[in-house]
Amino acid sequence: MEKLEFKFPSQPGKISPITALCGVVGSGNLEILVRTGSDADVCEVSIKTSARGFGEIWQAVLTDFAEHNPAGGTRIFINDMGATPAVVSLRLGQALTEYLGVAQ
Amino acid sequence: MNPPSSSRNWDSLRQGHARRLARAASLDLPRQLPAEQIVSLLEAVIEPGDRVCLEGNNQKQADFLAESLASCNPAVLHDLHMLMSVLALPSHVDLFERGLARKLDFSFSGPQGNRLARLVQDRQIEIGAIHTYLELFGRYFMDLTPNVCLIAAQAADAAGNLYTGPNTEDTPAIVEATAFKGGIVIAQVNELRESLPRVDVPAGWVDFVVVAPHPNYIEPLFTRDPAQITEVQVLMAMMAIKGIYAEYGVKRLNHGIGFDTAAIELLLPTYAADLGLKGKICTHWALNPHPTLIPAIEAGFIESVHCFGSEVGMDAYTAARSDVFFTGADGSMRSNRAFSQTAGLYACDMFIGSTLQMDLAGNSSTATLGRIAGFGGAPNMGSDPHGRRHVSPAWLKAGREASGSGAIRGRKLVVQMVETFREHMAPVFVDRLDAWALQESMGAELPPIMIYGDDVSHIVTEEGIANLLLCRSPEEREQAIRGVAGFTKVGMARDKRVVENLRDRGIIRRPADLGIDPRLATRDLLAARSIKDLVRCSGGLYAPPGRFRNW
Repeated sequence: MEKLEFKFPSQPGKISPITALCGVVGSGNLEILVRTGSDADVCEVSIKTSARGFGEIWQAVLTDFAEHNPAGGTRIFINDMGATPAVVSLRLGQALTEYLGVAQ
Repeated sequence: MNPPSSSRNWDSLRQGHARRLARAASLDLPRQLPAEQIVSLLEAVIEPGDRVCLEGNNQKQADFLAESLASCNPAVLHDLHMLMSVLALPSHVDLFERGLARKLDFSFSGPQGNRLARLVQDRQIEIGAIHTYLELFGRYFMDLTPNVCLIAAQAADAAGNLYTGPNTEDTPAIVEATAFKGGIVIAQVNELRESLPRVDVPAGWVDFVVVAPHPNYIEPLFTRDPAQITEVQVLMAMMAIKGIYAEYGVKRLNHGIGFDTAAIELLLPTYAADLGLKGKICTHWALNPHPTLIPAIEAGFIESVHCFGSEVGMDAYTAARSDVFFTGADGSMRSNRAFSQTAGLYACDMFIGSTLQMDLAGNSSTATLGRIAGFGGAPNMGSDPHGRRHVSPAWLKAGREASGSGAIRGRKLVVQMVETFREHMAPVFVDRLDAWALQESMGAELPPIMIYGDDVSHIVTEEGIANLLLCRSPEEREQAIRGVAGFTKVGMARDKRVVENLRDRGIIRRPADLGIDPRLATRDLLAARSIKDLVRCSGGLYAPPGRFRNW
């Protein structure tokens, strides 16, 4: 088990009253929770992962996500069981949509 | 003057055939012999140093004959040169470990890949070459003609005619090469019947028949449970259908094995039909009867399928869909690997499959360290045949993309579809293939590359599609590959400016460029989401093997 913490600058999204939950904790999969964060220009991410030693790849995947999505003002929690970057990107997109969807 | 031919004997092969039969007769071994006498027969008719073709591929196996040969006496039978489509069973490796066989020419070694690599390192085996199926069959008619072949059939009649049924597979090619060049043909059958549904091999080509104590083994290799298809695979399937199948109007094709292509098959009656593609793509196939093809067949998407082999549980379904599958007058399907491979080479506009590793030149390989896996049919399907002359819209469009509007030939579409990381975060995109290290450890002349980069036309990953036909230099090709290699080291080392330029020119296309929202890539799009759905869709005709039944 490894714990990782990141903060990324990101374009502010709408503030949503809900907590969005996406995915399941299962082999090769992950669970993502998105709720309102403290800083409108920042996406703050906490990760618990079963696969050690992939901090650099997490950083690259999340940097890309924060650059291309209005994820500012969110606080994201991830429980990972060895999901590939493709699955992580897909779930992040789904989770943010669900979170912002209610705000619209 | 003596004519030069008078001193030489011109029918030594026929005499050898008679000599072998005479040895069997002297031991009172009948043409149809009981299973207990098979070892005596093999020791009588096979000679040390013979080329022995043992039938067995990734589906049907002459497993009783393989076990019997492996239990022969190495003092009697030794230095055999084995010719095999697939080295798959423990008994196949036993032949070498017990000192019966010395040399091997083959195509694929799947489950025995680790043991084979050890035998090579211990110098207990000499590998002639690793082939693709059609190439190996070709050599049976050139310099690797078998002295003896050991084959598997479903049934024999009293005269010795054979019925090979839906799993005919490699049998015709092997028997043809052996029986017509003085070789001995020995068949194991599951049963004797008074009359056969149809004759697949005439009795005159068969020397001995033995009823095996158990039916020949058949591996359900092409069955993929839709329940295991992931959303990322659905996304890549959507991209392939919209960005390649529709774009080129691909009507004639082959699919490699795997969940990626199973996802495409299951999106045909849903996603592809919604795009208005029914009748415009995927009408004619060289493909085994994949259970995941059932929904597309039932939806009228597919007109014709010719099969390399059958698939466990699909016999009743294929028999009931004779407009689609090739079937005999008796109603049962007939497969033929050699002919289907020919169709895959010359008559298909596209091959799409997966791989374990790909380098920056687009070369791909399923070889990994410590494991000699081989190729099967992939290098044949996944290559652009320069002998092709007939035209189709897909072939022409690909040729013009590669060489401009003045192109004098078309191109086959050879598509590699991979998620950038495999399970356990193993990157698919690498600087150097493991195949090179394997070449060194095998002492081979060439690395075992499955599909050469210059044959690859497109790469599909979760990040997008790279069209290598449109690349105009090796540097552009490299950046196009890096540009879809995701967060692998190779992908992160891309030149972002060049990759953006490639995207502007349509060489790289992201899901958004294709009008695809990845968030909509859900399993709801699959026409069947479980094996049970497939059974239901087939009207109960598909009978999946036990290991795929969870209800």
